[in-house]
Amino acid sequence: MELNSAIPSGPIEKKWDKHRFEMKLVNPANKRKYHVIVVGSGLAGGAAAATMAELGYNVSCFCYQDSPRRAHSIAAQGGINAAKNYQNDGDSVYRLFYDTVKGGDFRAREANVYRLAEVSANIIDQCVAQGVPFAREYGGLLANRSFGGALVSRTFYARGQTGQQLLIGAYQALQRQVGAGKVKMYSRHEMLDVVVIDGKARGIVVRDMVTGKISSHAADAVCLATGGYGNVFFLSTNAKGCNVTAIWRAYLKGAAFGNPCYTQIHPTCIPVSGDHQSKLTLMSESLRNDGRIWVPKQAGDTRPPHQIPEDERDYYLERKYPSYGNLAPRDISSRSAKEACDAGRGVGPGGKGVYLDFADAIKRLGEDAVREKYSNLFEMYERITDENPYKVPMRIYPAVHYTMGGLWVDYNLMSTIPGLHVLGEANFSDHGANRLGASALMQGLADGYFIIPYTIGHYLASNKLDKVGTDHAEFKKVEAEVAERTNKLLSIRGKRTVDSFHRELGKIMWEYCGMARNKAGLEKALELIPALREEYWQNVNVLGGGDELNQSLEKAGRVADFLELGELMSRDALVREESCGGHFREEYQTEEGEALRDDERFCHVAAWAYKGKDQTPERLVEPLAFENVHLQQRSYK
Amino acid sequence: MSSGNGKTLNLTLEVWRQKGPKDPGKFVTYDAHGISTDMSFLEMLDVVNERLNEKGEEPIAFDHDCREGICGMCGLVINGRPHGPRGATTTCQLHMRSFKDGDTITIEPWRATAFPVLRDLVVDRSAFDRIIASGGFISVSTGNAQDANAIPVPKEAAELAMDAAACIGCGACVAACPNASAMLFVAAKVSHLGLLPQGQPERESRVTKMVAKMDAEGFGSCTNHRECEAACPKEIPVQFIARMNRDYLKASIFAGRREARAGDSA
Repeated sequence: MELNSAIPSGPIEKKWDKHRFEMKLVNPANKRKYHVIVVGSGLAGGAAAATMAELGYNVSCFCYQDSPRRAHSIAAQGGINAAKNYQNDGDSVYRLFYDTVKGGDFRAREANVYRLAEVSANIIDQCVAQGVPFAREYGGLLANRSFGGALVSRTFYARGQTGQQLLIGAYQALQRQVGAGKVKMYSRHEMLDVVVIDGKARGIVVRDMVTGKISSHAADAVCLATGGYGNVFFLSTNAKGCNVTAIWRAYLKGAAFGNPCYTQIHPTCIPVSGDHQSKLTLMSESLRNDGRIWVPKQAGDTRPPHQIPEDERDYYLERKYPSYGNLAPRDISSRSAKEACDAGRGVGPGGKGVYLDFADAIKRLGEDAVREKYSNLFEMYERITDENPYKVPMRIYPAVHYTMGGLWVDYNLMSTIPGLHVLGEANFSDHGANRLGASALMQGLADGYFIIPYTIGHYLASNKLDKVGTDHAEFKKVEAEVAERTNKLLSIRGKRTVDSFHRELGKIMWEYCGMARNKAGLEKALELIPALREEYWQNVNVLGGGDELNQSLEKAGRVADFLELGELMSRDALVREESCGGHFREEYQTEEGEALRDDERFCHVAAWAYKGKDQTPERLVEPLAFENVHLQQRSYK
Repeated sequence: MSSGNGKTLNLTLEVWRQKGPKDPGKFVTYDAHGISTDMSFLEMLDVVNERLNEKGEEPIAFDHDCREGICGMCGLVINGRPHGPRGATTTCQLHMRSFKDGDTITIEPWRATAFPVLRDLVVDRSAFDRIIASGGFISVSTGNAQDANAIPVPKEAAELAMDAAACIGCGACVAACPNASAMLFVAAKVSHLGLLPQGQPERESRVTKMVAKMDAEGFGSCTNHRECEAACPKEIPVQFIARMNRDYLKASIFAGRREARAGDSA
């Protein structure tokens, strides 16, 4: 298998323009003859389905939730970046591009990132026109705030519910097309496999989660916008239903998996309170605009925060990174928190927490001003912890939040399976080894509104696609495989619940493939995970039947795939003998404990190709060229 | 790691179990002992389900996803109240410290004709999606938009629109209403879009179509009980219903006149 990134030639500022001119177009009257499947209805999937339908394509859209409006993009709090330079503070497309490449620790593809920065401004225009109620100044114009990894204010926001408002904008656009009959929406349907005919993606097999019916859907092209796979850790900030199944099934069918080990651990989450914990809750990074992060200077200091005098506190981010301070990028902030806690200076139960303190902001701005900016986040914190953050500092700790890795795609967002496109968090493309805050929403909407609608036309116009129906033998074969796997899960009737396996896998991943990794640990994970998987298929207990609403069965299928993914992540992390962004190998660090890249050996994307059951997958390499932003060690000091 | 305050509760649950849409359903009693007060309500149900699973009994089906109060997927009637005893709180954000040791807790699904039960505590809320599809949007195709700052929006209007747009579509308003009316849900969308300059061109047609669809889906009418407002986890006020009624009335009057005018010129 070859990785051809299909990056257009020419100067970076002209690539997308040139490419748009060179791409083939589908005649407007012919668009209605094509059928496109979109899996996932979040920012990327919802925007893509709506926009392709507006263009005239027939679209089928699938989501596992009861409504497309519930996709997990909805939980994004802080904001969305765009190079509008409304604040006149020196922002530009080039600066957003530069910040994103640097923030990603030089492991993203320059051309993709530049295009992302270019279309960022259009996204804000589109969302405002849809009625997204962004925050505004008294003059009626849009307000901005700052986010980690940037020295300009380019983040647009709607209170602490930006993801919700953007998603509702995309959802409304989608429902408009549903009403117009251009999108057929399938809620409570889970994609269980992709169907490849004559080397091209021609459809999917899904399970109706209410009736249990397994059915096939054929199309001319398939788009996966199914989000990230952070739930491999069991505890993450993802929604409970987020899973890897769609992209994992595609991987098994021949789509290469890019940089699976790149995981983002978000620095500001509410700490774990006990073994019953089912998920972790993020406190928006925007809080770091006004909150100051600190721990006691003395290890083992158990005094309540207000009794610790100023000179006995260590505001470690401000100390270590004076120019970015509390707005240092996520990977760096998370690792610093871990360091402080590992040194015995953590706070709260088990010492797994650091303070995020608003006392100075409240003194400076007044409680009302702080309330206006962050009230919903403060309320959420209080509801979960029973502590009032206006009075006592929040306690936060890093948690798994986002996966930069995903299916490998070329410049057109197409995977190594022709016709199979991958959008949003599900692909690997724009964030390198670390994603900056407020960039996930930007990428999801860029892919959905402004990129795939063009590139899908190019694919359809330049490929001869024979008519294929769901009566094709390949659909029948895949349906039978899906049914067999489902029956297998239901027939084991072992002794352990699905959740108990999932928790155990999560502990292995967090311990050995989490915030800090090393050779011995990863090798250990590569022994433990296959053994756990083996036990799973012998000893899991999934009750109920296949032809009914069965939530245990849904979970069981997802966990089975996580048990395979975890191994690939560990393998990827083991082979990448360097530290970069969210991938921190303890053996490779500077004297000050910062990530130490090895550009000689690893300035590339690693994409894994499946080679069959029990075979070691093949590691393919796409070299990364930095022609515009020069390779350097990241510095936020 | 130990719990924050280490308290545990022993509870009795009365849970609605229903095999499928056609099954009559019934309450079943479960014991829930040793529940940490730091657990969320859904984590308590997770624990009960794990125990059922270990005993070989089928777990209780309930909807949930983000577990941080924003996706709108969860929703249980707890002791007769949608989303339970705490105001402005979704079921997933309700914590067990709101209950006392020895309590009996009744857990039911949303009950409304327009929200049929699919299984146990899971209901079908797709009627909400169909109401949005009938007109709950601004017709602007991708690429049509002008610069985002071309039309200033007064801060007050933007803030009020945001108050309405905060709706998570959970359906608690319908579950709380004696008439199973969806007025608060529809009013929130009508107000969100109607308060913004971008939403003006379709303001009248939007409210007309959405109200017609709401009626067609089998939701009841509003008779000012204000139970919806009390149950809403996002505290969406009933003033938006008044705003919608005003828009609806205006639309009914002017639509007739416009049709007449269009007839003259034809």
